Amino acid sequence: MRFEYFQLIDRIVEINLADRMISSEAIVPTESTIFEGHFPGYPLMPGVLLIEAMAQTSGWLVVAMNRFERMAFLAQVKDAKFRTFVTPGQTLAVKARVVHEGSGYAVTETSISIHGKPVCDATLTLRILDFPNQDVRNRMRETAARVGFPSEVSANG
Amino acid sequence: MSSTYDTIANIIAETCDIPRDTIKPESHAINDLGIDSLDFLDIAFAIDKAFGIKLPLEQWTQEVNDGKATTDQYFVLKNLAARIDELVAAKGT
Repeated sequence: MRFEYFQLIDRIVEINLADRMISSEAIVPTESTIFEGHFPGYPLMPGVLLIEAMAQTSGWLVVAMNRFERMAFLAQVKDAKFRTFVTPGQTLAVKARVVHEGSGYAVTETSISIHGKPVCDATLTLRILDFPNQDVRNRMRETAARVGFPSEVSANG
Repeated sequence: MSSTYDTIANIIAETCDIPRDTIKPESHAINDLGIDSLDFLDIAFAIDKAFGIKLPLEQWTQEVNDGKATTDQYFVLKNLAARIDELVAAKGT
């Protein structure tokens, strides 16, 4: 996880297209300027960044379901609950499942746990749009390779 | 008016906090009720679930952008109800 590059996800553990599910891993850095403000002397990972981790994980699933032909953008956050604190150095297990795939959007139920203990969960809506241009698509492929996006679901193009 | 219309009017009222009695069959979801595209995603989600269909929003948008259809055909509620009935009927064939 690199906050400064908004890289919340370190590794895609599994994408199951049949069940429309994904799991990813994200390791909270031990040091970050974010922790200097949130909070001074009491470092906690901000809840908004936990949402981003769930959104990025959901997004990779949607990209996979669209064979890397289209991109996902966070459009709505519903029922977000933060159940416990997340501290530097902890490893997050992020899961997401597409519960509805509409025309141009998808709805996911997503959650984060640490060693099986629930941390947070939410229902997210993502818009599904074409990549704005080929360069963006190529850059997203580079990011996909970094997080271990399975090559078999992005083989074409 | 059809039960399809009542269902979507109720969905719109609940989703967008619009008083139910201000929603009419002749209401245009965007122009009259002021529903924006994000709120319409919520409505589409609820309609998809309620009727077991997938509203072809992208196709409709493309048709409007290409001048092949008007927004009235899809977003005036009595017309939206008719489109939903067509989609439900097509699902059963």
